[in-house]
Amino acid sequence: MNSLSVRGRYKDLPSIGTLLFLLCGLFAFQSTHAQVDTFEFDTDEQQQRFRNLSDELRCPMCQNSSLSGSTGGVAEDLRREIHRMIMAGMSDREIVQFMFERYGDFILFRPRLTAGTVLLWFGPLLFLLIGAAVGFGIWRRAGKISDSDVELDKTQQERLEQLLGNKP
Amino acid sequence: MNRLKFYLPVFGFVVIAIVLWRGLSLDPRTLPSMLIDKPMPAFAMISVDGEPVDNADLPDQIFLLNVWGSYCLPCLVEHPTLMRLSEEGEIPVIGVNYRDKQELAIDWLQDNGNPFSFSILDESGRFGIDLGVYGAPETYLVDADGVIRFRHVSVLDETVWQEQFVPAIAELRGEGS
Repeated sequence: MNSLSVRGRYKDLPSIGTLLFLLCGLFAFQSTHAQVDTFEFDTDEQQQRFRNLSDELRCPMCQNSSLSGSTGGVAEDLRREIHRMIMAGMSDREIVQFMFERYGDFILFRPRLTAGTVLLWFGPLLFLLIGAAVGFGIWRRAGKISDSDVELDKTQQERLEQLLGNKP
Repeated sequence: MNRLKFYLPVFGFVVIAIVLWRGLSLDPRTLPSMLIDKPMPAFAMISVDGEPVDNADLPDQIFLLNVWGSYCLPCLVEHPTLMRLSEEGEIPVIGVNYRDKQELAIDWLQDNGNPFSFSILDESGRFGIDLGVYGAPETYLVDADGVIRFRHVSVLDETVWQEQFVPAIAELRGEGS
């Protein structure tokens, strides 16, 4: 079967190019649209901190959006609080702590390291180590099979020669 | 021994399948409250009626703190239950009028009846943040010492009352508070 016949048989299906194009369209719609607030800041650095914080904190109502991407009422209130706290000179740490005390782990897109989240943080590493151990085991066992392991006794050697058609 | 090793992946699969299967029945919209066993946040605000209210105005017994708003349709669904609890004197109900307008709140109470001893007027939602509220309706069970003991998110109907609040209250009373 050559490539032409394959192309011929599936000619009704969209081409790879078309599929890629559609896929790109899908991602284009996934970008979050930041909510437009009219907060004023004294410095660009404050504004940047505001953006970072409202991207890193999750909206408690709209589950999978950040505060910056959510139209929810509570997200609006929390953005206003972040602005107020930045202007009051609170550090990012203090602001995140404020949110954590009220809304818990849920509001943090980057989970804290606790007994309950150890597996979340180190699970992938654990699986990588298991994979490496299994791989190493296979490699070592393969290495151990040396010529001496496949040494044949006299009758076996004769049978082999016979099968290969080499008359002794 | 070798046979055991053969079944190891199957065993792993079963464990993961059970964990994920259980996960399917979790409701991601019910968030645990951070304020359980913590005192109710301090407030000095005005009520929907325009009276100044603060923590000292809270009942000296177990009470419900219900977060509501005139825009909130599920609040209408749970309203008859709150009315019954309040009218039959089963438990005092305090309201938090969350992200609403005072006039609209007053109209809503006039139209539908007022089960609340008073409603804290939280037009900005700032007090709601201290409570960890993320949307009306939410109902908190607060003990006689002003400590939050239980939270229910979404509609509090007779079923939820019987199945969740009644046992929780019985437990609190059992502790001798």
